[in-house]
Amino acid sequence: MFDYIIEIIGSLRRNRLRTLATGFAVASGLFLLIVLQGAGNGIIHTFEQNSEDFSFDAITIYPGSTSMPFEGMKEGRSIQLDEDDQKVSEKAFPNEVEHAVAQVSQSGASASVGENYLSSVTLEGVYPETQDLEAVKMLEGRFINKIDLAEQRKVIVISNKNRKDLFKHGEHALNQHVRVGSVSYMVVGVYKDDEMENNSTFYAPFTTIRTIYGKGKFVDELHLKSKNLTTEEANERFEENYRKAMAGKHSYDPADKSALWIWNNASQNADMNKASNILHTALWVLGLLTLLSGVTGVSNIMLISVKERTHEFGIRKAIGAKPHNIIGMVVMESIVITTIFGYIGMLLGIFFCEYMDATVGSQTMDMGVFQQKYFVDPTVDISTCITATIVIIIAGALAGFFPARKAAKVKPIEALRG
Amino acid sequence: MMISLKGIHKTYKGAQPLHVLKGIDLNIEEGEFVAIMGASGSGKSTLLNILGILDDYDEGEYTLNGTLIKDLSETKAAEYRNRMIGFVFQSFNLIPYKDAMENVALPLFYQGVSRRKRNELALEYLDKVGLKDWAHHLPSEMSGGQKQRVAIARALITHPQIILADEPTGALDSKTTVEVMELLKDLNKQGLTIVVVTHEQDVGEQTNRIIHIVDGQIV
Repeated sequence: MFDYIIEIIGSLRRNRLRTLATGFAVASGLFLLIVLQGAGNGIIHTFEQNSEDFSFDAITIYPGSTSMPFEGMKEGRSIQLDEDDQKVSEKAFPNEVEHAVAQVSQSGASASVGENYLSSVTLEGVYPETQDLEAVKMLEGRFINKIDLAEQRKVIVISNKNRKDLFKHGEHALNQHVRVGSVSYMVVGVYKDDEMENNSTFYAPFTTIRTIYGKGKFVDELHLKSKNLTTEEANERFEENYRKAMAGKHSYDPADKSALWIWNNASQNADMNKASNILHTALWVLGLLTLLSGVTGVSNIMLISVKERTHEFGIRKAIGAKPHNIIGMVVMESIVITTIFGYIGMLLGIFFCEYMDATVGSQTMDMGVFQQKYFVDPTVDISTCITATIVIIIAGALAGFFPARKAAKVKPIEALRG
Repeated sequence: MMISLKGIHKTYKGAQPLHVLKGIDLNIEEGEFVAIMGASGSGKSTLLNILGILDDYDEGEYTLNGTLIKDLSETKAAEYRNRMIGFVFQSFNLIPYKDAMENVALPLFYQGVSRRKRNELALEYLDKVGLKDWAHHLPSEMSGGQKQRVAIARALITHPQIILADEPTGALDSKTTVEVMELLKDLNKQGLTIVVVTHEQDVGEQTNRIIHIVDGQIV
């Protein structure tokens, strides 16, 4: 075996240019495969990370305004949701809606603690269920609870970003008081800012905000927790039926899509998953094609190499090389080239992915209203790298085998004549 | 009896089949130094290829030192060539990227002899042909006579039963021709059986026996 390798290194060194050309085909094939996979993973990981901030069974209903005339009323009429819609949503769709909660908002208020203040904050009057529906992550304290609602407590949950703005010693925000508008609220919890929005949202009990700002029975949003909506068709059918059900009560055309705005995380997610899958498949197809071109390169070169060396094989056969000696030598040559250069290509690919991770991977894109990472962890599993390398080594062996078998079949006298 | 040929026929198939050997009967004893002579196209090279198990024959029987050589597999033929026959070619047929020592050692590589052992032996045989100092030169750095002596050392290293030389002096000038023939005669004196194919009369005359081939038959 060791002797064989010395034989092979001898012949590879004699044909330095050919060896390098073959090696380049293999190394660049693997390099491209790994970099493409890494870049693709970066995009897919970004999708995944962004979707961690969602609850996929959450559906939000916003009131809109009509775009079609209905029963003698002109288009352009605003729809207003009220507290009854919350109960209607639950009762009309017992199989699709787990529960529904209303939300009222008051924006434009200013908040202050001593000399620190925020000029424009939004107070969201919420139910305890909102934490789950909006995927609010608590850093400390607690979210709004049932007792807060029942007693109309003046308590709020603020973001870690606002905590920094309002409290010089941020960690002592709990149980401190914040003045919003003309009312003082006690901080009961701090949630993790998702960095998606620059404006400041404070969560307070629904009943408290409704009373302080005199909202009456009107609400600004409805949040539904859906169930059994697993397919895209089911989601679409539910949205259609929901518009129909609400149309009677609010007097609008059931076909009028602008009367109610329905934001369905489930269907957004399905789209994103589909995009991820397409990307994933496309990257594999591209990667395999690059690998294939590497393999074609190896087999081409081996074919030429074998043809060029027919005379040499003739000499070897005359002095006692058996057919399997010749096949073994050519196949091993092919394997040695693909292994060494495949390994180089793999290392370069991994280094490049790490480089991408260190540079663009940590950058965030500032979109004005929100910030987003657009390239998260653009790297490839080591197992994928190793699999790809093994595949190209096997392919290299096959690429060497067929020309080698041809070479071994040539009769020594014919080879010697050449 | 070293070589025994009985009624050997060989036809090259093709659009126009060519009947090259038309019933060759030949016996060569151990220790003989034989020349096969004939015009080009007479069939002398085909006969040498059959003797060297480089080609097969259609009819008859060829026995080499008691072993019947007929319908061998590629692998078996390679093994017999390796152990029983030493080749010397007109165009030397050395491997250009191997130095003299590695070329001489190559037949032992196919016998599975260790690298150290076969290089040791190769140096010993290079010494026998007077080229010990050239062991690490590539064929391209040597003269024709030196290359042929390297080829002879390679032919000897496996202790073959016969040496088959195909126009061994064909590519050499008269001075080196003499050197190479002296070397072959010397080896013959040590007991080796040698068969030379040549069309040069004075080369043939230096052997013990000349076999003339005309039109595929011994005359």
